Amino acid sequence: MPKVKIPRKSTSIDMTAMCDVAFLLLSFFILATKQKPPEALSVSPPNSVSAKAAPDKSILITLTKDGRSFLMLGDETKKADIINNINAAKGLNLTAAEIKKLNKSLFIGVPFSQLKSFLSMAVEPSADKLPGIPTDSTNNEMTDWLHSVTNVYAGSDQRQLQEMLLVKGDNAAHYPAFKQIKEAFKKNEIYKFRIVTNGEAVPVGSELYLNPPKSN
Amino acid sequence: MAEMDTSSGGHHKKGPGVKKSKKLSTRVDLTPMVDLGFLLITFFVFTTTMSQSTAMNMNEPKDDSTQVLKVKNSGAMTILLGKGDQVYYYYGQLEADKLSEQFKSTNFKEIRNLIVSKKKATNIDDLMYIIKSDKESTFKNAIDILDEMSICAVPPGHYAEVDMTPTEELLISKTEEANGIK
Repeated sequence: MPKVKIPRKSTSIDMTAMCDVAFLLLSFFILATKQKPPEALSVSPPNSVSAKAAPDKSILITLTKDGRSFLMLGDETKKADIINNINAAKGLNLTAAEIKKLNKSLFIGVPFSQLKSFLSMAVEPSADKLPGIPTDSTNNEMTDWLHSVTNVYAGSDQRQLQEMLLVKGDNAAHYPAFKQIKEAFKKNEIYKFRIVTNGEAVPVGSELYLNPPKSN
Repeated sequence: MAEMDTSSGGHHKKGPGVKKSKKLSTRVDLTPMVDLGFLLITFFVFTTTMSQSTAMNMNEPKDDSTQVLKVKNSGAMTILLGKGDQVYYYYGQLEADKLSEQFKSTNFKEIRNLIVSKKKATNIDDLMYIIKSDKESTFKNAIDILDEMSICAVPPGHYAEVDMTPTEELLISKTEEANGIK
């Protein structure tokens, strides 16, 4: 009987296809990841078990470690209106060019009295050097800013505004600074706002873990 | 597919003395490149932190001096936040002659059990947690205690943030001194 000859085949496989897949996945992941917006202010927020995602578009008050407050107006459509409103309300006498410049800057972190000189600077100083918006009990300028915000949003959906109002504080910030921000909200009759936190798992065995709320 | 024609086309013929160079295969081994690709993928997958920040709701009461919420003595637990992540607490109302008995200190690890046991021991209608933050306490403390409330499923309206009284401030500073908390 003749032997059946099995032809020897090479064991090397064409890797081209696999290579294609690998790099396709790689480029997909790189392009699909949403990059964090550049944060001029580094703040490490506390943890909470809240599972609601923070909105992208927001009016954010940032409280730094040393108790300075900054305001970021994230809603580009209303930003100019808010700045115009505060300009008129506080008699800041900002020129059109200055308003435009303020509109472009990422955050507001100077008192009204220094706003003009801040805008005349050629290079925007880094956030570490800015004094922040004063929130003392005698001179709480955050109240005025929030007043302009409520004015501008007066006609639109109030629930939407409530969802946009965020406070992001640093772990190490002292409580009185946070209290002043709360006061600023209260003076404008805003009783609901949200705190930016890092998500955290609900501790196993706690009441919330055993009986999670049915609706958010 | 990814092969190129390397055979020297008939354009320049080599003379008889010139040796024909050996035809080399243009197939490249792509295995290391695949390795590299997957290595990069794993690297990116592991290094990206999924840090979608969350938002916690805050509800502030209206300042209305005409409407003062009355709390039953038996259902009240006052939680005081001091510096150095210290927590102090007492039940009911402070009584001048029993201060040292009532006023106790604890920390954030223990407070959950205390909140839960108070909740279990009290009729839910009478239950009230009063949270007071010292000026030396941090933002983290204030948020953590509110978070504890939601972890312990304390219904909204059964806890409130209130300003500290001078007596309590004094008690905290004395306790801090005694415990050596800086």
